[in-house]
Amino acid sequence: MPRIASLFFAVLLCLFASMALAALWQSGMRANTPTNGAAEPQVSQASVHSNEAHPVIIRKPSGPPRIELAGHDPQGRTASVACSTCHSVRQANLENKTAATLDEFHQGMTFNHGNITCYACHNPNESDALRLADGSSVAYENVMTLCSQCHSKQAESFAHGAHGGMNGHWDLSRGPQMKNNCIDCHVPHVPKYPKMIVGFKPKDRFNEPSTAEHQQEGTAAHDEH
Amino acid sequence: MTNTEPSNSQQAKSSVKRSLPIVENFTRRAVVKGGFATLGAAAFVAAVSPLRQAAKSTTAVEFMQQHYTELSPEQKADVIARLEAETKEKYGADVTIADDRPIPGTKFVYAINLSVCNGNGKCVEACHKENNHDRSTNQSYIRVIEMPKGTMDMEKGSTTYSGIVPKDDKFYLPVQCQQCDEPPCVDVCPVKATWKEEDGIVVVDYNWCIGCRYCEAACPYHARRFNWKQPEVPAEEINPDQSYLSNRVRPVGVVEKCTYCLHRTRRGKLPACLEACPTGARVFGNILDKNSNIRWILENKRVYILKEELGTKPAFFYYFD
Repeated sequence: MPRIASLFFAVLLCLFASMALAALWQSGMRANTPTNGAAEPQVSQASVHSNEAHPVIIRKPSGPPRIELAGHDPQGRTASVACSTCHSVRQANLENKTAATLDEFHQGMTFNHGNITCYACHNPNESDALRLADGSSVAYENVMTLCSQCHSKQAESFAHGAHGGMNGHWDLSRGPQMKNNCIDCHVPHVPKYPKMIVGFKPKDRFNEPSTAEHQQEGTAAHDEH
Repeated sequence: MTNTEPSNSQQAKSSVKRSLPIVENFTRRAVVKGGFATLGAAAFVAAVSPLRQAAKSTTAVEFMQQHYTELSPEQKADVIARLEAETKEKYGADVTIADDRPIPGTKFVYAINLSVCNGNGKCVEACHKENNHDRSTNQSYIRVIEMPKGTMDMEKGSTTYSGIVPKDDKFYLPVQCQQCDEPPCVDVCPVKATWKEEDGIVVVDYNWCIGCRYCEAACPYHARRFNWKQPEVPAEEINPDQSYLSNRVRPVGVVEKCTYCLHRTRRGKLPACLEACPTGARVFGNILDKNSNIRWILENKRVYILKEELGTKPAFFYYFD
């Protein structure tokens, strides 16, 4: 019996000794780390100074739209024409507001963008460009100038990164940032952001329906699919 | 019949008296002692059996690995080389695991525009792919909660919504790690396997975590995830751009969490969830930079902090237009 007791005591002693050793080792390691940390900031200070080296690129829309012709030539080829092909020889109806009141072109086009006329934004004098509120012309590529006249709140948020999607770098000293323009997300004639369908769903315990009410909601939505 | 072991002195006495060969050779005390000793030994074997199991999946080098913050640069290089080799062996993918450290003078802050978020869940999917989550469970660090209008009580929402979004009477609240300045998850960790770094990101040393899940219970945002099984990711889907504290493939039985994609953000890039957001609801930046997007939002928008009353001081803000 005493032999077992002494053995047990010896084991305990070893355990304490190893714990003390480990503690010593760790404290030694900890003493080393602050020196590493102090050296670090000096290295990357240089990169902070070379600030704003890269641009914020706002994606521009491709130029004025082209109209696809419905017919084919004898060789079966289609063609597209500029807006001015027709509009340069037609009288502009400055009062018109929807495609429904037109009898030839733009049939079936939906328009839901407030109570404004076509020529609030389209230029009656220069059909391949847009028109600002003061009557001056602006290129299709610079559509954001046009939108910003009314949507200044959104334009302000956009300028500060608080509206519209982006990708690339948050840190412009390390790389550029690419941003969407207005019409990447908003169709100009129907600018309300479209509804979407939820695709990806994680299977975790928070996704388990917790009540019968949720259960019903879930199945109802599934049936819609 | 009478001849028993002569080594026992008691035994010798009894044989002299020629009584029946009963078990007088063991005193009751000895029997009880022996019984308990056997029980004790069995209990010990049972208690260490997880260790014997672990020995099969854990190499000695891995077992002896120091805490991340106590590794010397050479040790770190060894650890990373070992992890890269392991990923190659287990998943058949060539990956590079970097050791991205905080950029001095940065404090990362996230903001989400709840007026714009429509709950489509693209961020959830982007996180899943970027961070090498288990494919079979669709694991992700982000949870989008469909909330009834008029409340910010997270528990009233539901994550099981599907179909066409946004629904008219609902709004959508994406929740992920808020990188709190007073992180309850860090406080409860018994082994200091999780801590807050200088740029505000709360990280986990997945090789130091013992998987007790205290942090998961402590987090009021339900932001932590536990690896119930070894993540399954096909080799061609593994994101090879990895970091030790971030999106490297995590071992089974450890807790993991959103790191604001530190393997991207500490290299100046935007987080994956932000790039994936089709509505542009997400904003990310350095709050210490006076001209940053995030500063402008905090100064000019109506900003909401989730569960502010708990005093966790999140580095994550929700705002409205």
